[in-house]
Amino acid sequence: MTANELIRLSASAMAAKLAAGEITSVELTQAHLDRIADVDHGDRGVNAFLHVNAEEALAVAADVDARRAAGEELHELAGVPIAIKDLIVTKGQPTTAGSKILEGWMSPYDATVIKKIRAARMPMLGKTNLDEFAMGSSTEHSAYGPTRNPWDLDRIPGGSGGGSAAAVAAFEAPFALGTDTGGSIRQPGAVTGTVGVKPTYGAVSRYGAIAMASSLDQIGPVSRTVLDSALLQEVIGGHDPFDSTSLTDPSIGLAAAARLGNVKGMKIGIIKELHGEGYQAGVENRFNESLELLRSAGAEIVEVSCPNFGYALGAYYLIMPSEASSNLAKFDGVRFGMRTLPTEGPLTIERVMGATRAAGFGDEVKRRIILGTYALSAGYYDAYYGSAQKVRTLIQRDFAAAFEQVDVLISPTSPVTAFKLGEKLDDPLAMYLNDVATIPANMAGVPGLTLPGGLADEDGLPVGIQLLAPAREDARLYRVGAVLESLLEAQWGGPILDQAPVLASTATVAEEAN
Amino acid sequence: MAAINRDDVAHLAQLAHIEMSDDELDRMANELALIVDSVKSVSEAAGDDVPTTSHPIPLTNVMREDVVGHVLTVEEALSGAPDSADGRFKVPAILEES
Amino acid sequence: MSVDTILSFEEAMEKYEPVLGFEVHVELNTKTKMFSSAPNVFGDEPNSNVNEVCLGLPGVLPVVNKKAVESSILIGLALNCKIAPHSTFARKQYFYPDTPKNFQTSQYDDPICYDGWIDIELEDGTVFHVEIERAHMEEDAGKLTHMGGSTGRIQGADYSLVDYNRSGVPLVEIVTKTIEGAGSRAPELAKAYVAAIREIVKNLGVSEAKMEHGNVRCDANVSLRPHGQEKLGTRTETKNVNSLRAVENAVKFEIQRHAAVLDSGVAITQETRHWHEDTKSTTSGRPKSDADDYRYFPEPDLVPIVTTAEWVEELRSRLPEPPAERRKRLQGDWGYTDLEFRDVVNAGLMDEIEETVAAGASAAAARKWWMGEIARRAKLADVDPAALGVSPAVVVEIEKLIASGAINDKLARKVLDGVLEGEGTPAEVVAKRGLAVVSDDGALQTAIDEALAAQPDVAEKIRGGKVQAVGAIVGGVMKVTRGQADAGRVRELILKTLGVEG
Repeated sequence: MTANELIRLSASAMAAKLAAGEITSVELTQAHLDRIADVDHGDRGVNAFLHVNAEEALAVAADVDARRAAGEELHELAGVPIAIKDLIVTKGQPTTAGSKILEGWMSPYDATVIKKIRAARMPMLGKTNLDEFAMGSSTEHSAYGPTRNPWDLDRIPGGSGGGSAAAVAAFEAPFALGTDTGGSIRQPGAVTGTVGVKPTYGAVSRYGAIAMASSLDQIGPVSRTVLDSALLQEVIGGHDPFDSTSLTDPSIGLAAAARLGNVKGMKIGIIKELHGEGYQAGVENRFNESLELLRSAGAEIVEVSCPNFGYALGAYYLIMPSEASSNLAKFDGVRFGMRTLPTEGPLTIERVMGATRAAGFGDEVKRRIILGTYALSAGYYDAYYGSAQKVRTLIQRDFAAAFEQVDVLISPTSPVTAFKLGEKLDDPLAMYLNDVATIPANMAGVPGLTLPGGLADEDGLPVGIQLLAPAREDARLYRVGAVLESLLEAQWGGPILDQAPVLASTATVAEEAN
Repeated sequence: MAAINRDDVAHLAQLAHIEMSDDELDRMANELALIVDSVKSVSEAAGDDVPTTSHPIPLTNVMREDVVGHVLTVEEALSGAPDSADGRFKVPAILEES
Repeated sequence: MSVDTILSFEEAMEKYEPVLGFEVHVELNTKTKMFSSAPNVFGDEPNSNVNEVCLGLPGVLPVVNKKAVESSILIGLALNCKIAPHSTFARKQYFYPDTPKNFQTSQYDDPICYDGWIDIELEDGTVFHVEIERAHMEEDAGKLTHMGGSTGRIQGADYSLVDYNRSGVPLVEIVTKTIEGAGSRAPELAKAYVAAIREIVKNLGVSEAKMEHGNVRCDANVSLRPHGQEKLGTRTETKNVNSLRAVENAVKFEIQRHAAVLDSGVAITQETRHWHEDTKSTTSGRPKSDADDYRYFPEPDLVPIVTTAEWVEELRSRLPEPPAERRKRLQGDWGYTDLEFRDVVNAGLMDEIEETVAAGASAAAARKWWMGEIARRAKLADVDPAALGVSPAVVVEIEKLIASGAINDKLARKVLDGVLEGEGTPAEVVAKRGLAVVSDDGALQTAIDEALAAQPDVAEKIRGGKVQAVGAIVGGVMKVTRGQADAGRVRELILKTLGVEG
């Protein structure tokens, strides 16, 4: 098997070959590092990675190979490399959150999910690009340049986790960790033709994920197959005493659910408010096809109404910035990160903080901090933050009522396919609308999964199908997702990414430029 | 609800400790006015009888025992500091000279 | 810095009625911090008792210390508070370099304890009923040291250094309702209130309660209104009042300053004031303004504390006897006068006397020793009597030796010296120093005969019926025996020798 064939395998297939001794982890890890070197850099590179962790990744890979050779019992995914969204803190690699204010910052501690990745002995390929502090839907708000969509390098890979999604879509990593506050795992998954899951709030520890909106943030898997996400969520999930909002449920049964292979008799609900008007025709078509496939597999499709979802986006844009304005207060140039001195006037700590935050934060971050400060300020709290928290209750009630009727809910993940870089950069409101279908899950804490639903007729770009389940019922997503995935792939004759254009090597271009 | 204006933004920027130029304040005021306008329906969505939700999954009494855990070394603690002296973080004067 | 004009306290009291309010911060003595497992230790090398949580590094999350919650509930119960069945945390937001996250995790809408009271007894026995609005949990900030400039003060400093060891130490903030009607006793009440809080938290064992270490810190609110006016005047909040004496002085100073300001027809500025021990005065901090918009909101990283009746009752069963009740009980048991008892309390010897009595001494004897010989020696050594090194058991043993006639009072003092010199138990000191009373009648008789021979005129007087003159002979015998005789027995023998009825 060539390196090029190797990197196109699913993570579970890679794990099987490692276990069977057909390949080594060093070989597998090097193949991915070569792929990153080949397609990630330069003006026309994917730019999925902000940091490549070659040395440590190869050392971990070599260690796994040695242990395997010695007959040691290893984790199922030991030796399978992974990419980490650069919002998650890691010892030994810089963590920037896509922001200038943290440029070069080295965390003295590991996030809980990173400890688990290390315990499973998965080589970390590096840290992936994102919208600054995960604020955006296009990865254009990264201080380190946008990530490009492997399907069309002039288009956005979604956001905030465009780097993780693009890395996986471009075969630079078999899977990755993402974070999802309003759709930052699922929307990039949709527009890059990959799988991504936002687990139930609390199913995966948030300790060490740089907080945007604490009550909405959740770490989750990004992959090319539903089973791979299930395997990865089993690794990173489970109770963490360092996160007070962590659930005590064990992280098991997800891969088994993905392997179950039937949806017969399940009730699946179409959310009336999350399709139709405002959704691209090609998105709507692929969505309807998926419904047909599920029906043909024995699922019952019904329509449910979630009338308060119409307020979700507005409430989200009050709660998220409010919490973010507070969470980002610590970036002040005192204990870590950059410090900027005021160019004129007296040198006081207050003015240094103001200058540091002015220079260190990008426009979107400032916008959200100011908006959140406004929503929490005296005289406005009840009308804004308080009202948004009530809407949250209404959304939860809508979900509860819907899940009394059905086992899972289904919708398009994103109303549109990947748009052009720069197209919505100056229109925050248009950018925010990308998350209209993903936000309700974060507001209610329920799990959501996106998987590729095919390509839109009008532009040939990937469309995402979103599944939603009740809190703590993540397994249902994997069960239904895996069935739909196999039905769709049977139709396509293989994974959707087989239809993606072949990426030109940018390495030679870069070399010539040198 | 009152529309957000430039003075509001200037005050908020001060609360949030972000220095802003006049141009930036103008631009931010325009953008925020639009955003605030678009979210105003939220305040009319729910009646007084609807309770607020601050945590998506309701948990209570998550506490730890009073047992000492890991500590950072002084070097680790100061490793990311922009400036330090004598094992402590160094910051410019707090008050302006008067 | 301008010096404030002040009115005399008497004149201020003639014109105005003071209204008080206190916010007392109590640092808990848990092993770890409020929201992280880093050690809660005073005075170590800077930034050596921190982890990523106390530094507020990116990505960290808080987890509540259960012991701190229980200590907070104990404080609430001791202050007769209601314990909230459902209590939440909130973020109080302001930027300051000693506050690592630039917000303080505190409580806002639902404090753990609320609606309590405490009766404060002043020295003359007057009792003030002080109502407690709330007692809530929060975290302490780091410590700033201001460098450069002349005085180590924040004013004129070139730069500051931050030590986050104290960052995250558990605090309970106890807030009173407004206290009216104290009149001219206001400064005294202020001191007594803080002393009572300190005593309660120390008695509960939840705080080291040392004001000099900042374990108990008081912010004092003072406002004045003309007599007869119902509407409250504008208040100031004086911070950094870190001794009982300072609390009393700061309240008194603010009353006098307010009175002078009001007299001049100017309105009081609502502001924070700082107390200065050196000048015994306050200076203006920053004025309260729109800038103080703390933007409280529910802490999303922490979940509510739900207190069940069982939990609260279990904690209530751990409450020690309240200090005021204990004092009342002990005074009754011991039969001390008010004056005697107050002296014991002021000498800080209540615990010692209680233990001494419990170990078998009479209350009178215990007081005699602790307030007498032990206190005297402590004063000479410039230490607290309790810290001199005398244990209640020593006092009890000495008393027993006296009762058995083995030693007398004079010898007992020498025994005490011996114990303090490290010569062992009282019995060992008696043996080593040969301090036992001379009880051999034969030896005594010789001494008596000698004394009578030396003072024949006195002997004659006694024979003639002037029995009170026997003292002179007793004194002689005691001198000869170097005090090691039982004076009572000596007297008996003298009278017998002279054939006189005693």
